Amino acid sequence: MSGSTDDKLRLATVWLGGCSGCHMSFLDLDEKLFGLAERVDVVFGPLTDVKVFPEDVDLTLVEGAVANEDNLELAHQLRANSRVVVSFGDCAVTGNVTSLRNRLGEPDELLQRVYGDAPDLAGQVPRSVVPALLPTVQPLHEVIPIDVYLPGCPPSAERIGRALELLLDALEAGEGLPDLTGRGPDDLRFG
Amino acid sequence: MHDIHVIDPVSRIEGHAKITLHLDGEGQVEDARFHITEFRGFEEFCRGRLLAEMPGLTARTCGICPVSHLLASAKATEQVMAVRIPPAATRLRRMANLGQIVQSHSLSFFHLSAPDLLLGMESDPARRNVFGLMQAEPDVVRQGIGLRRYGQEVIAAVTGQRIHGTGIVAGGVAEPLTTDARDTLRAGLDEALAAARNTLELSFGLLDRFAEELETFGTFPSMYLAHGRPDGLWEHYDGTLTVIDADGGVIAAGLDPADYREVLGEAASSDSYLKVPYWKAALRDDDPRTAMYRVGPLARINIAERFGTPLADAGLAALRERVGRIASSSFLYHHARVLEVLAGLELIGELLDHPEITDTHVRAHAEPNLRRGVGASEAPRGTLFHDYEVDANGVVTGVNLVIATGQNELAMNRTIRDIAARYVTGPELTDGMLNRIEAGIRSYDPCLSCSTHALGQMPMVVELVDQEGVTIDERRRT
Ligand code: SF4
Repeated sequence: MSGSTDDKLRLATVWLGGCSGCHMSFLDLDEKLFGLAERVDVVFGPLTDVKVFPEDVDLTLVEGAVANEDNLELAHQLRANSRVVVSFGDCAVTGNVTSLRNRLGEPDELLQRVYGDAPDLAGQVPRSVVPALLPTVQPLHEVIPIDVYLPGCPPSAERIGRALELLLDALEAGEGLPDLTGRGPDDLRFG
Repeated sequence: MHDIHVIDPVSRIEGHAKITLHLDGEGQVEDARFHITEFRGFEEFCRGRLLAEMPGLTARTCGICPVSHLLASAKATEQVMAVRIPPAATRLRRMANLGQIVQSHSLSFFHLSAPDLLLGMESDPARRNVFGLMQAEPDVVRQGIGLRRYGQEVIAAVTGQRIHGTGIVAGGVAEPLTTDARDTLRAGLDEALAAARNTLELSFGLLDRFAEELETFGTFPSMYLAHGRPDGLWEHYDGTLTVIDADGGVIAAGLDPADYREVLGEAASSDSYLKVPYWKAALRDDDPRTAMYRVGPLARINIAERFGTPLADAGLAALRERVGRIASSSFLYHHARVLEVLAGLELIGELLDHPEITDTHVRAHAEPNLRRGVGASEAPRGTLFHDYEVDANGVVTGVNLVIATGQNELAMNRTIRDIAARYVTGPELTDGMLNRIEAGIRSYDPCLSCSTHALGQMPMVVELVDQEGVTIDERRRT
């Protein structure tokens, strides 16, 4: 799909349980986005109108932790259809703020407290249409294998730009994954 | 047979959500609902944490408007400490909030909605995004990126970073503005102002091109709520709340945000992770839809008499000449946003020129003195409340966040119902129809990261639902 006209690399970005700050930091590439759009087709993500994760994606950045059934399903889909998956930002890498609900106990009881008891009207617990919460929020690598970790809350635009450049260079050259450690504008190592 | 269409995910919005369209036996749209599909539990997990952590923690509800959360949170904390912040800190906070309005509105207008507005609601979905627009209208996108960048740079100058900076703290701001930072921002202002003026012209022209959308995208009477000032000027950071009716008549003015619980109720439903605030005094038959009000740019320009800056005031006057004193179409949220970008830049210019903008006394120190504090501010999307209760040691024991997008939920439902009734005919759904419905949602620029502080993500699913509410068919747009 994607409307791609040539053999550009295919980039996807995914937003799971996070605050979108990592995506905003990606947009902080500012004018460099023009250069990126010349190198890749953006085939999926919150900025596009593509509703189903496409096939044959070269590089996928995943923001956010795995918090509900929709997140889990999408995580498996994106892994199956992507050559390289980047765990993008601290929520994906560690669970971060999204996982703070893990100490609150069972989702059912939690939802009852938040929706059933607190509001002054209706007090219905959301169960239809919305995806069920997983018992605990998990970092992405607990659910699918990860190729590259890009930590930060959010990772700076400089760091994102440098990582993308090195990864796209390697993918275009048909090489294996580059070692990103210590090669960023700031340190790209985990943690 | 009754059908429900589900649009999943609703795309090019800042979050995770679905839309369901409920069709009757004749395939006519009976109802439409917008569902937030994510839950994060902020109000719950903040309990037991230290008050001082709250600004940094609650900013993580949203990477798009973290400054709004920093501000509301710091203000709630200052209420607990019973402290007044130095004037230089107020100025810097105002500047950061204006930077936030500029960057967030630019994101909404250029990165998310301009593909609909410039490429067309029914254009090729694979290209109908900001990257497609870079090829079709590179100059427009360049201006949009420049405006968003400028807003982010203003934020970074005050808070230390573009996203999740640490510079807004209880008691004021952490660091004064350096003269270097002031001069750099001053040097970039003219270019940003020029881009904003071009955008205003572009947006005004779109009102002709989208005359039909202007009529169908959420054109209904509602109340409006925002911060208001006795002198009628536009307010975005502080003071009291004003509520007006559909014709601009004042329902309430001078309301202390700390008393929000007395005037606003909150309803929960079985099919969304969003709690819905409503105006208590208007409630009929326990149906929150009877007590709907709108917040955000549209509410703010309807409540304010004027911005108090020349360029934006000329733009506001031109809009009023065209649509009347009260802008009631939700399609005009876009134009209201552009006006606020222009006003924001003009006001940033005034602040940068203030002789004491680099004053170094920017923080007051105190300890928790009271047990409860409420902070409110105008986030890009509307009025935001943070309400904290603490114990004697400054440990948080209760949190309630009332988010702008939640307050627009009832209006969003009404908007998509009207659009669906106008454009969806029969069970065959085309991409163009569905995109128009999504565009109706996009006009509100819902920030689902924020609204789902409680739980939230936005795909578009169209479900067919029978009269008992049972889903009998579900189609995902691919
Ligand atoms: S890592 Fe930080 S910026 Fe990124 S989604 Fe999580 S909280 Fe937001």
